[in-house]
Amino acid sequence: MKRLLVVVFLLLSVPAAARSYTVSFNQIVEHPALDALRQGIKDELKAEGFQVSYHDHIAQGSIATANLIARQMLGEQPDVVVGIATPTAQACAQVIRTIPIVFAAVTDPVGAGLVTSLEKPGGHITGTTDMSPVGRQIELIQSFLPGVKTLGVIYNSGEANSVTIVKALKEEAAERGLKVEEATVSNSAGVTQAAKSLVGRADAVYIPTDNTVVSAFEAIVKVGQQNRLPIFAADTDSVKRGAIAALAVDYYQMGRQTGEMVGRVLKGADPATMPVETLREFKIHLNPASAEKMGLKISDAQLKNADKIVE
Amino acid sequence: MTFYAFMGALEQGFAYGFLVLGVYLTFRVLDFPDLTVDGSLPLGAAVSAVAISSGVDPWVSLLLALGAGFLAGMVTGILNTKFGILHLLASILTMIALYSINLRVMGAPNVTLLGKPTVLDPLLNAGLGPFVAAPLLFGVLSCLGLLGLLWLLHTAYGLAIQATGANRQMITSQGVNTDRVIILTVGLSNGLAALSGALLCQSQGAADVNMGIGTIVAGLASVIVGETLFGCRSVGRALLAALLGSAVYRLAIALALSLKLGSFSFTPSDLNLLTALLVVGALVLPQVRRKVLKR
Repeated sequence: MKRLLVVVFLLLSVPAAARSYTVSFNQIVEHPALDALRQGIKDELKAEGFQVSYHDHIAQGSIATANLIARQMLGEQPDVVVGIATPTAQACAQVIRTIPIVFAAVTDPVGAGLVTSLEKPGGHITGTTDMSPVGRQIELIQSFLPGVKTLGVIYNSGEANSVTIVKALKEEAAERGLKVEEATVSNSAGVTQAAKSLVGRADAVYIPTDNTVVSAFEAIVKVGQQNRLPIFAADTDSVKRGAIAALAVDYYQMGRQTGEMVGRVLKGADPATMPVETLREFKIHLNPASAEKMGLKISDAQLKNADKIVE
Repeated sequence: MTFYAFMGALEQGFAYGFLVLGVYLTFRVLDFPDLTVDGSLPLGAAVSAVAISSGVDPWVSLLLALGAGFLAGMVTGILNTKFGILHLLASILTMIALYSINLRVMGAPNVTLLGKPTVLDPLLNAGLGPFVAAPLLFGVLSCLGLLGLLWLLHTAYGLAIQATGANRQMITSQGVNTDRVIILTVGLSNGLAALSGALLCQSQGAADVNMGIGTIVAGLASVIVGETLFGCRSVGRALLAALLGSAVYRLAIALALSLKLGSFSFTPSDLNLLTALLVVGALVLPQVRRKVLKR
């Protein structure tokens, strides 16, 4: 009898409330930043004590596959669908009408048609946007180069996110009395040429979070070093690869923040009333060796100001 | 594979149906390998999405897409016949030009259609779920396309197309202007590809400038897989095989995505390899069959 009681007690002590959930991911490509974001979501949900099983899907750059995955997700019947990047979030939004959707790494959710407004999404969709803090990024460049007059930018005009950022860049630059010189590419093979075209036209170059251009970042660094043209990035990984500095979204942190939102939805919050969130904190990464090669001296104050210094 | 994945694959297979009919027309009938479709499919999507966004009826937008694709294909045809540029190169040139043109047409890399009217609305309003409505409508439309093409290929003009592909010198000596046949046929093929693009953007909620990547591979794979599985003894049979091949191709991808062998499962990163294996398999199978039968 005693033994039976012990068994019953043990059974009861298993937390009855530990409901397990399912979350399905639809991610456009495998990419260190986007992978870190997905991991951040999982880590946050784990830290909050959710029991979640995951379906990870990656569309490998194909929009047709992203759509196929969105349909497959309906069969999985997850509690929350997470769309990582614009085309995958759109694919989910078109097909999935009854399951809440949380998107991440979408620069312009209103322009993409995902939500009606950032404050009141309205439907069953909300999420986080990775819009670059363009104004603060320009100020960072100015702190290194007070005399900067013209800012060069290299981007792929076929990437929706980049087009949005460059539009914001032009507005913010105009407010600060700067000119913007554009060089567009359609694939990473054209990046060297685009970087060279900015030599003599720009005092410094800003590289937005553009998948095509960032994938060929070394080519830009080479041009920058050969011509003493300072190169700044909008993602922290590119600082390791030779950019002087970046003030940027930490995609892992963004994942944690997105995970928080997913957690709220799992607990029953209505996405319609959850505002789209922008990242709360940005990090400054700095590469002094690269700065020297591009003809810039870094002050002690700037070294102190950085969150991370690349050796 | 779940019901949704199955119906989703059918929907995509039939939405790509027009493209596959077009690829069959150029690749098999005309013997003209045409890469323009990588650009004309997103062109159709771009035209349809922009038209719908500015208030044009979704059905009318399909016609506009068809027209735009037709013009794009004619450019390839003219580059090939009038300027003597090799067909493969001519089509590559048009394809890369279309990338810029598509960006111009859309004014942005991505045009959303979420919440906008589409050709699917009447069926959805009639109470059919999207998983029945889309495959049904696209299936019916692509069958109509098949019948139309079958009719065309049996007219005198269609026979001229077939003869141009089979023996150009012979048909020239019969007094047929083969240049014009090539220009119009490549135009038609790309019009069909653009129509696929228009249907796709309406079913997936957005037109994206990058949605054309790999179109020709999908088209060729569908044609070849269809031929192997369903035969190609007559033109009608071959057209039907191409259309069914398109559905099988998408089903194969959906199946690969949901396949799990113990802890191993395919990911979309394996898709290119699987596609290549599928096509190689389809190409090799008939030879193996022949050898086995000989013994």
